[in-house]
Amino acid sequence: MNVGLPHFLTVSAVLFALGLFAVMSRRNTVAILMGVELMLNAANLNFVAFSRYVQRGIDGQLMAAFVIVLAAAEAAVALAIVLALYRNYGTVHADTAQSLKR
Amino acid sequence: MSDQGIITAAISILLLPLLSYTLTFFFGKKLPRKGDFIGVTLMGIALIQALRIFITFWQIGNPAHRVEQAYHWLDLGGGFRLDAGILVDGMTSVMLMVVCLVSFLVHLYSTGYMHGDRRYERFFAFLGFFTFSMLGIVLSNNLFFLYVFWELVGLSSYLLIGFFFHKATAAAANKKAFLTNRVGDWGFWLGILTFFTACGTLNYFDLFAQVHAGAIKGPLLAWAGVGLFMGCVGKSAQMPLHIWLPDAMEGPTPVSALIHAATMVAAGVYMVARLAPLFGPEALMVVLYVGAITAFVTATIALVKTDIKRVLAFSTLSQLGYMVMGLGAGDPVNAMYHLTTHAMFKALLFLGAGSVIHAVHSQEMPEMGGLRKKMPITFWTFLIATLAISGVPGLSGFYSKDGILGSVLAVGMMKGHYLPFILGITAAALTPFYMFRVVFLTFFGKPRDQHKFDHAHESGWSMAIPLMVLAFMTLISAGIPGKTADKGWFSRFAAPYDVAAISAQYEAKHGGLVVASAEPAAIAEAGAALAEPAAAHGENLHAEAAPAEGGHEAAAAHGEAAAAHGAAAGGHNSHVRHTAHVRAMIMSILVATLGIGASWWTYHKLRVNPAAIQARLPFAHKVLQGQYFFDELYAATIYRFTLWWSVVCAAFDRVVVDGIVNGAGYLTRLVSWVSGLCDRYIVDGAVNGVATVLQGAGEGIRRVQTGRIQTYLVYVSASVLVLIVIYRVL
Amino acid sequence: MIRDLVFVLLALLTVVPAFWVVFSRNIVHAGFALLFTLVGVAGFYGFLGADFLAVTQLMVYVGGVLVLVLFTVMMTHVPAVGRRRHGLDRLVPPAVFAAAVFGVLYKVITVVKWNVGEASTSPTTAEIGTQLMTNYVFPFEYVSIVLLAAMVGAAILIRERSHAGSDDAIAEEKQEARP
Repeated sequence: MNVGLPHFLTVSAVLFALGLFAVMSRRNTVAILMGVELMLNAANLNFVAFSRYVQRGIDGQLMAAFVIVLAAAEAAVALAIVLALYRNYGTVHADTAQSLKR
Repeated sequence: MSDQGIITAAISILLLPLLSYTLTFFFGKKLPRKGDFIGVTLMGIALIQALRIFITFWQIGNPAHRVEQAYHWLDLGGGFRLDAGILVDGMTSVMLMVVCLVSFLVHLYSTGYMHGDRRYERFFAFLGFFTFSMLGIVLSNNLFFLYVFWELVGLSSYLLIGFFFHKATAAAANKKAFLTNRVGDWGFWLGILTFFTACGTLNYFDLFAQVHAGAIKGPLLAWAGVGLFMGCVGKSAQMPLHIWLPDAMEGPTPVSALIHAATMVAAGVYMVARLAPLFGPEALMVVLYVGAITAFVTATIALVKTDIKRVLAFSTLSQLGYMVMGLGAGDPVNAMYHLTTHAMFKALLFLGAGSVIHAVHSQEMPEMGGLRKKMPITFWTFLIATLAISGVPGLSGFYSKDGILGSVLAVGMMKGHYLPFILGITAAALTPFYMFRVVFLTFFGKPRDQHKFDHAHESGWSMAIPLMVLAFMTLISAGIPGKTADKGWFSRFAAPYDVAAISAQYEAKHGGLVVASAEPAAIAEAGAALAEPAAAHGENLHAEAAPAEGGHEAAAAHGEAAAAHGAAAGGHNSHVRHTAHVRAMIMSILVATLGIGASWWTYHKLRVNPAAIQARLPFAHKVLQGQYFFDELYAATIYRFTLWWSVVCAAFDRVVVDGIVNGAGYLTRLVSWVSGLCDRYIVDGAVNGVATVLQGAGEGIRRVQTGRIQTYLVYVSASVLVLIVIYRVL
Repeated sequence: MIRDLVFVLLALLTVVPAFWVVFSRNIVHAGFALLFTLVGVAGFYGFLGADFLAVTQLMVYVGGVLVLVLFTVMMTHVPAVGRRRHGLDRLVPPAVFAAAVFGVLYKVITVVKWNVGEASTSPTTAEIGTQLMTNYVFPFEYVSIVLLAAMVGAAILIRERSHAGSDDAIAEEKQEARP
């Protein structure tokens, strides 16, 4: 098989598509967040793979490191929002919070 | 200290009061003692730094030595650039010393004087802000930043005069000060702009070189100089813009000492002294007369005032008149010397007056008397200051005032303008008279208000220490004459600018002058060169001043005078100056004795009844008491004209503008009516049709807006896909 | 050959639990499945010679984010099972689009001629540290500010909402804290 760049990119694409699907279809906000994490990881995988095979530097890895940090921040805020949602609506379902509609 | 060390110290001096302001303003309320220790401590550090710079320049002992550092700030294109620069030389170091010392002592004094005030911390914040602005004026190396800090000083003085803003008089006084200063600043700014346009630079020394090279000359130079001088007239309260200073006594007394005696009003004098080469002979003549008139007129007003602070205010005006007169006589060194000595003894007088006011809770001298025993420290320090301001030989005021009067007399002898000297010497006779009147009425005799007298007591240490320090400074600021130069210690720090040398430096730095018209520069240089031997054998007071003076005058007279004539004038001048100084000294000792004696005869021995004189000369008394009715004059002319003009403008507005507007309105209404008809029947039909269609569409599209984020995400990903497909296809 | 084997194992470790994350009805199970996926990605990092990132991934994601997720799951008291998913009308379009996105990505991956070259694998930590302190120092500082802001924001979001002034709110919180 001789593992190369396309293989990594394919795995990453699978992860991305799965994450996207989770984000679009799950009702539970926590699950949506998990989908987002999957997508971020897919992107990171791409960065590292490109950094290794194409760009041959350290920049891709640095970018991935920044993404990890921002993902952590995002998770903290998002989970705080989930808690606030739960406190206000008594549920963590994304489609209950639709006051924007009115 | 190295040059870099001087710059660093100067910047730290500038920023420390700002730090004090920031800390006190924002955190003062929450700190113990409302944060007054911050201001006192930081000003103490600044004072130490100023002292270090002062000592450094003392050791250097060369007035021409200067340290300058500019930071590129703003480039306007076309060669116009603004620098934020620091300039430190001997004159600056003296001013730093004066400002920091007085400011520090006033901070200390205020901890006692303002104790218990509701806005105590705000007061200290404003003091810090003022000190920062004033130091900015002192340290700036170009006209732009000078102007910026000039306005900041105006602002802080506004804030401090109106500190008791709940008093209507204080609120009116600070408004008056601000507006009056605006008039002066208008001229100042015009002057700055003129120089900038003509010379393309705002840096002091570049300007000197440009002016020396003749980049600006003739009437334009004269008018630009008068413009700059207007700034001085406003800030240093010269006639006819002096009206704000007496009213500014509504501020707390430490403020009067700091701003309206020692520092802020000195800014104008400092500015003119700093920019001396920018003033042509015509402008200097204006300066001379304005100063002389101010010195005399305000001294006469001080004779009749009974409010102790007002007497001091008018005496300040009079002394400022002296300084300006000195500047006008082409002797900025003695003007600055007088500024320095005056700062010490006038701050002392004000703080002493504050101490008295604090003790008896009144500013009216007829309610005081006999306080000598009750307040010994205040009395003795006040007496020292009074002797100094009166021009008693051996004390600082004598040397500085005498220097100015000598120069004025020299100008009179050379050019035939004797009036300024006569006014000046008369004021010198009046000064000891009214100052000793204050001393006798306040500290001697029998208490005139027993209740207030019983209540009086010596002030606490925080107020007494500044008094003693200032008294000490007053005593030593006369210096020890003799050893280095005849003019005493001050000649180590200031000398007239050597414009030719500055020009040469400038040329070396820039490789030629930008606006060089060779002829006048050559004449001036020839004049300077020829004046030198003439001055070399002169062993008199102004030996080292002569070359530059000669060069300056030759440059000024380049139109009519040949170079040889300039040299002759240089030699002649120094001789005349020597004679003038000796005569002036004798006369001023005479008039000082006369003034003190008359005051003693009248107010201590009570041999003359002032009330009788008052009754004999009702008109004169009325004029003096009414301060020559300047306020009334302005009220009758400027204010009334402004009001009349406003009425005219309002009428114009009502009749013409409103008429046009109303006419336009009527026309518009007519057109609207026609257009309304069209609208209703033609446009509305179309609009309603469109609206119906849109409403239907909206009803449909509304269903798309589910409010569910996830649905939106589906739309987004679908759109992205569609875009990719389109991109591929196209 | 061993590289291929390792790759396949890592791919399985990553993708299979990812399916579980997406399709599991039990949110707690999904969380634990995510754990495996993240570990698998960390493995990929190591495989690609990014040792520093692999460790970071483990520490931040597995150690931090995932614990946070699980905590939230527990704090919001969602019953473990019996949660209905969306109806089919809300499942089909996402599925279609997700598949389409995957299709496009795969197409891109296979069509493009990648300019590939093999890099030497050496420890990267020191290099990353140097870069963070030199070329990337601004993003580095910036990210720290973002983290701080996120922390403050999260703290504010989950504060008890009060109707009276803030002092009252604190008092209420204190009372609530007392059992």
